[in-house]
Amino acid sequence: MAENKVKKVAVNTTINGEEMDILVDPYVSLLETLREVIGITGTKEGCNDGNCGACTVNLDGRIVDSCLVLGVEVEGKNVETVEGMATPDGLHPLQQAFLEEAALQCGICTPGFLVSAKALLDNEPDPSEERIRHWLAGNLCRCTGYDKIVKAVSKASKKSK
Amino acid sequence: MVSTSENKNYKVIGTRPIRHDGYDKVTGRAQYGADIKLPGMLIGAVLRSPYAHAKIKSIDTSEAEKMDGVFAVMTSKDLPRLGDVVRGNSEESGSEKHLSENVMAFDKVLYKGHVVAGVAAKDQNTAFEAVKKIKVDYEVLKPVINVDQAMAKDAPILHEDYSGDHLGKKVKNSNIAAHARHEIGDIDDGFKKSDLVVEKEVDMQTVHQGYIEPHTGTAVWDEEDRVKVWTSTQGSFSVRDSVSKVLELDVSRVKVTPMEIGGGFGGKIPIYLEPIAAVLSKKTRRPVKAMMSRTDVFDATGPGPGGKVKVKIGIDSEGKILAAYADIRLEAGAYPEAFIEAAAKCVFSCYDVPSMKIDAYDVLVNKPSSAPYRAPASPQVAFATETVVDEICEIKGYDPIDFRLKNVAEKGTRTALGPKYRTIGLKECLEAAKNSDHWKSNLDSNPSPGKKRGRGIASGYWFNIGFKSSVNLSLNPDGKVALTEGSTDIGGSRASIAMQAAEVLGIPAEDVRPSVVDTDSIGITDVTGGSRTTYATGYAAYNAAHKLIEEIIEKAALKWDISKDHIEYSDGIVKSKTDSELKMTLKEIADDPPGGPIVSSASVDLEEAGGGFAVHIADLEIDEETGKTDVVNYTAIQDVGKAIHPSYVEGQMQGGAAQGIGWALNEEYFMNEDGVMLNSSYLDYRMPIALDLPMIDTIMIEVPSEEHPYGVRGVGEPPIVPPVPAIGNAINDALGLRLLSTPMKPSKITEALKRKK
Repeated sequence: MAENKVKKVAVNTTINGEEMDILVDPYVSLLETLREVIGITGTKEGCNDGNCGACTVNLDGRIVDSCLVLGVEVEGKNVETVEGMATPDGLHPLQQAFLEEAALQCGICTPGFLVSAKALLDNEPDPSEERIRHWLAGNLCRCTGYDKIVKAVSKASKKSK
Repeated sequence: MVSTSENKNYKVIGTRPIRHDGYDKVTGRAQYGADIKLPGMLIGAVLRSPYAHAKIKSIDTSEAEKMDGVFAVMTSKDLPRLGDVVRGNSEESGSEKHLSENVMAFDKVLYKGHVVAGVAAKDQNTAFEAVKKIKVDYEVLKPVINVDQAMAKDAPILHEDYSGDHLGKKVKNSNIAAHARHEIGDIDDGFKKSDLVVEKEVDMQTVHQGYIEPHTGTAVWDEEDRVKVWTSTQGSFSVRDSVSKVLELDVSRVKVTPMEIGGGFGGKIPIYLEPIAAVLSKKTRRPVKAMMSRTDVFDATGPGPGGKVKVKIGIDSEGKILAAYADIRLEAGAYPEAFIEAAAKCVFSCYDVPSMKIDAYDVLVNKPSSAPYRAPASPQVAFATETVVDEICEIKGYDPIDFRLKNVAEKGTRTALGPKYRTIGLKECLEAAKNSDHWKSNLDSNPSPGKKRGRGIASGYWFNIGFKSSVNLSLNPDGKVALTEGSTDIGGSRASIAMQAAEVLGIPAEDVRPSVVDTDSIGITDVTGGSRTTYATGYAAYNAAHKLIEEIIEKAALKWDISKDHIEYSDGIVKSKTDSELKMTLKEIADDPPGGPIVSSASVDLEEAGGGFAVHIADLEIDEETGKTDVVNYTAIQDVGKAIHPSYVEGQMQGGAAQGIGWALNEEYFMNEDGVMLNSSYLDYRMPIALDLPMIDTIMIEVPSEEHPYGVRGVGEPPIVPPVPAIGNAINDALGLRLLSTPMKPSKITEALKRKK
């Protein structure tokens, strides 16, 4: 079909520190690019319209809903996802705190929360409860009531100091 | 934590180990429903009805079939027509015909979003384009979208061919799918003798479970007519049963592999896309994966029933309840089952009521077929009962906790459906509420300027189902134990089940590795729902661990050539009772045991765990000008029986409270008169965000269940029951207003304030 024969675009980008060249349909979101083109599925789809935050990634130091960004827009940019948080030496303090504080139940929103919270702690090492709740307002969790998530972020912040 | 259990020295139970599946879930490795990719996989998409009620006159799929990249198109012509056979006995009950019609409409569409056709294509974009080319000719009918419309004389009828059961009589051409009545004692006499009678009717809007992961279904139908399904579900065996029925296959031809599940709360018990993916796979002989959008999830899955509940309670001059009546009308959605029996069980469950009568109506409306939502039907009825109780206390000047204690349900109290309670812990919860820092604190210690504060309290109940579970254990050569189970893990149940096996074996929780496996690899296990998993599957793990110890002792007897009566096992060591030289660790006995490897398995089919009760206290701050309500303090108190992993028990209490707060203050299906939901996105269906909630304090009460070796009760469901009435009562405390419909949103508060002036 003619309308499907849109040419793919070559994109050079860096995902979790790894530079890569990929071919992306120009109408495809960054979320779909990560999951279907690159094949990393830690970034989750909850709504595909920018309201749940399950697909949160860090784009050049700024958190975005990857469902609202096109794959072609990451040309020359750095994208960090949940897969980039742990190192071969161990988990990021936030990941460890989420486990210790039981800050996840079903876990589908967890990658988005971790990426969002990391962006907060990267800039503000010791945020207040109010500040954490404010920062995480774009991430929906239906299981926990947020209590243990807020506590885990707070715990990780003190740890990382 | 308050505990009335004997002070047993548990080694594992009551500790807080890191859950076994946690590492995969914080690193993005865990595979949920949408994450599966199979070689040669096609993407499925469905066409959904734009109308809430219409006859399908014809469907033309020819244009879609001609498209490049489209491999198959299906309609209900590709599904067998099933008879009206009732199936299931737990939260998955219903008729086979309706199960099938809900997957894909045959003659009529009954709600906006009802599936009418499906497509398999090379990718999602092509599938969506193809779906748009399917032409359906509808005869649009008038919908009914609430219980009043549905029960009105001359209402449009959803199912002309269906007979409802009205107090034992079969009735056709009615939207009342069932009318049931439960009676104890003589309420007329009770009300006549009453000193005060209070009656209220509440109106609950339809809500959604709101799990963040949309539904998916992936299937392969092979040349041998075997169907493999991968899906995110609360019950892989219930998916197996449902899919095999819809496709008219023997259950053994269907194998279901559960993916990780991104939330469910009851809404991931029904099947939706799985049979469609299977039929599309049969037509293409390729794997097919179908996924829902968020709007599809709101339009066509879930919802928790809305409806109207009227409650009347009479008390004597001493403040003892004499009689209670309830009229419960809940929306089943497009197909029967609004959980009216559960509603009847729950409505007066917190009280000792000498005479009661309950009329419950299961009402068909043109909305998606309702699914269980966390303590299905209990929050709806609790809103009415707990509001009436609060009003009684207000009129008489009673302390709301003292009144509840005076009338408290306890061991031996007769329940609405007949049986008497075994040991329950409502009284202990109420006493803990009374002694809590929250209840003793000064409500107005620090109010914001221009705002009014109020405090509300309410109780709630869920009965915890039992049913079937299976567990296998295998002792590995390194002395660690592999546990396989059939309960999909929605919030930490791998841990709570493995911990029970570890406790029996006297080894650390991390030395038992739990796996949730497919339906060919474990015995039948009922759904992760009804607060049954830690109770029933945990019980199976407990039994399997005891059997494993028997095996260990038998192998040691063979190895040492002594009688097994002379051998004992504790804490990972098997040893002779008489010869201190004869002693082996689990690793030693597991290394080449005589007669083969050491394995065990156990299954259970249990009665109810004994009810779980919760008492919640809510402090609100309300802006009288804007009607905005902030929850400033919240305490959830609950009898949890025995907390296996206290962190995840607290998590259930907090999560249930948060959902209940959303239900009370924000959430509703906002529908136009054509039955179209106008707020089918997370932006407009406003679930609580982190900024909306305070910390939710928890007080766990441990009154052990008589039905479980460790006293486990289900904990997931009771905490969603008290929030709606607790918040309603707090609004009344703050403003002197009884808001009797959910959500108690700002516009309702400001309008009610205007009317009051």
